[in-house]
Amino acid sequence: MNTLPFPRRSVDQVMTEERAAAFTKRSIKADSKLAALKLAISMMDLTTLEGKDTPGKVAHLCRKAVSPAEPRYGVPSCAAVCVYPNMVAAAKAFTKGTPVKVAAVATAFPSGLMPLSVKLEDTRLAVEDGADEIDMVIDRGAFLRGEYRQVFDEIAAVKEACRGAHLKVIFETGELQTYDNVRLAADLAIAAGADFIKTSTGKVSPAATLPVTLVMLEAIRDHFYKTGVRIGMKPAGGIRTAKEALAYLVMLNETLGADWMTPALFRFGASSLANDVLMQIARLVDGRYQSANYFSLP
Amino acid sequence: MKSKRNALATVHPNATAHAIPADQRRLRLGEGLLYAPSPETTPVKIDREYGLFIDGEFRAPASGKSFVTINPANEKKLARVAEADAADVDRAVKAARRAQEKVWGKMPARERGKYLYRIARLIQEHSRELAVLETMDGGKTIKESRDIDLPLVAAHFFYYAGWADKLDYAFPGRRSRPVGVAGQIIPWNFPLLMAAWKLAPALATGNTCVLKPAETTPLTALHLARILQEADLPPGVVNIVTGAGETGAAFVAHPGVDKIAFTGSTEVGKRIAATLAGTNRKLTLELGGKAANIVFDDAPLEQAVEGIVAGIYFNQGHVCCAGSRLLVQESVYEEVIRRLRDRISTLRVGDPLDKNTDIGAINSKAQLAKIHELVASGVEEGAELVQPRCRLPEAGYWFPPSFFTGVTAAHRIAREEIFGPVLSVMTFRTPEEALERANQTPYGLSAGVWTDKGSKIFKIAAKLRAGVVWANTYNKFDPTAPFGGYKESGFGREGGLHGLLPYVSLN
Repeated sequence: MNTLPFPRRSVDQVMTEERAAAFTKRSIKADSKLAALKLAISMMDLTTLEGKDTPGKVAHLCRKAVSPAEPRYGVPSCAAVCVYPNMVAAAKAFTKGTPVKVAAVATAFPSGLMPLSVKLEDTRLAVEDGADEIDMVIDRGAFLRGEYRQVFDEIAAVKEACRGAHLKVIFETGELQTYDNVRLAADLAIAAGADFIKTSTGKVSPAATLPVTLVMLEAIRDHFYKTGVRIGMKPAGGIRTAKEALAYLVMLNETLGADWMTPALFRFGASSLANDVLMQIARLVDGRYQSANYFSLP
Repeated sequence: MKSKRNALATVHPNATAHAIPADQRRLRLGEGLLYAPSPETTPVKIDREYGLFIDGEFRAPASGKSFVTINPANEKKLARVAEADAADVDRAVKAARRAQEKVWGKMPARERGKYLYRIARLIQEHSRELAVLETMDGGKTIKESRDIDLPLVAAHFFYYAGWADKLDYAFPGRRSRPVGVAGQIIPWNFPLLMAAWKLAPALATGNTCVLKPAETTPLTALHLARILQEADLPPGVVNIVTGAGETGAAFVAHPGVDKIAFTGSTEVGKRIAATLAGTNRKLTLELGGKAANIVFDDAPLEQAVEGIVAGIYFNQGHVCCAGSRLLVQESVYEEVIRRLRDRISTLRVGDPLDKNTDIGAINSKAQLAKIHELVASGVEEGAELVQPRCRLPEAGYWFPPSFFTGVTAAHRIAREEIFGPVLSVMTFRTPEEALERANQTPYGLSAGVWTDKGSKIFKIAAKLRAGVVWANTYNKFDPTAPFGGYKESGFGREGGLHGLLPYVSLN
């Protein structure tokens, strides 16, 4: 019933965490740091996923994504805004004519515990409203029961419903818990047609961590060697400081290399991260820190 | 290894739409970010000259001779160091004897423990400058001296400080007495750590010591001597005499030394054993190795590759327990080699004081020549050498991280200890064959096993003739774990409760 179309890989926890910790020890400075921080901004999916979201809030977010800082800092726009399906139309209107994409969380986000037909309809409506990217969640219940075929089929069905919109598959790694599970989910999602694989919804703690992201990058690397296709990666949730973001970029640089260091293949899912990165950029450009009051809330 | 260009400006079209043809599937690892030079800046005061540390003071050598110690990363002189001759060694041994009989041996055990705790704390306080000094004198990266060597040095003193007043519990029903004066000869690969491994258990058990650091790396031991002064350790309890092989020979020949503890080459170890034969003086030897690191097909491969890297490139491969023979199951050979090839391209070779450096300088010109000689023999005997593209600094002694494929058990690079960042890769088909190959060596210090199957770990580990077997990890050290070899890797154990034994006589 649940035979997998690929060999199951095991992951050793101790060495994975040790390797991940090593990336935090690299030192990036001055021009290289400034370039890396700007790259991080360009990779950001600015996110608001709250029950109290309104078009007004989404307008703030979109404005921030389009021009994150004063022009003199030369900061690029963010990659996308990430919103609930009901906010897609508003987000599309506010980002019209800009390079900022609109991503919608769909498929009964964040739990994924609804019938497939509802998930597909959710996806279709978001795409119809203009979503460029769909961030779906896998059914963790099915995964943990061992119903891998169901998880696979759902991803494949959602992919079809995306009709050209980019599909990011969220594992909610904080619920999968083991690195073995994360690796299996990654292989499964990639085989089922994910364009991106994504760690978390941001609703469960722990969200993204360096070792979890490393395990997923390794799955992407193996797929590249096997097929020549580059899958994207999105760590989401829990990344709050510029320093952490740099550690992720170092890890990307040493695990998948320069070809992945683009918003087309790597995203940060975050809300508060942007301001810390902008503060560091301002410090590098101006030579001093500015008060947080100078940076608008997303 | 640094990229000249920054790839940030490149914006790729959605690459997922197009598969890259198989022959172009290369990862441009490390080329997406520039790591700025980030030298460790903690200042360390190095004297122009160092005397011998005898009876609690630094003294000019009776020999009147001295030698120069250099920084192997730039070949610049660091300091001039006294060279002890037989007369100096005799003075040191006599000082140690007096201190043992009059002070240290009679001191209540808990007082001895207090001194050791104090030394451990002072090492922690001075740890950053000691790490910098270790890196300057020996060539190892600051990352390792700061994060591995120095914490372990302090940990060893803390650990054995705890044993000092609990020896009755270490050997239940028996009384332990100190052996007397311990003569300790240590190598250049972990200078201060090896000093700690030797001094801490000897002092905890009531012995006094005469320690000889290696001639290429004497400085941290001499700075440790200052810490011993700061700790008010009674004069003569620890004496540090510097010099080369002749100084060591004077030690070994001295009848006043009750016990010799030597860490170094098997060749010298054999000579020491011959000298001590029939003298009733105690001896422990920690010698060379040619460890097998065995990767089974059910291993977590990504992490196994990390373990291979940790096994052979840690400390430039200047590690007696280095996993220098990689045995890979044939069914995963291609995958392991591909990953290893990728992984070594991310290793950064260069200034050891730079926090971004992964591989530092080779310790000495002589060692570099030895590595070159053995690597040349590997190429000549038909093995394939794999090295990443990387620019090595012009001054100093350097060797890039390397591995050989197509190695057979008959190759010299499969049998002889290279003691550098060079790995020999061989394959096997069954667990029996892996064991046979792993044990087919005159050495027996360490080994590694990589498999996801717990039962296989126990089965294989039990049959490996090696003093230390790591499972799904490599080159991990802890003061509580005994360390030592089988066969030509030596005898006696250091670390743990077992590490007390060589320094006590049991009634």
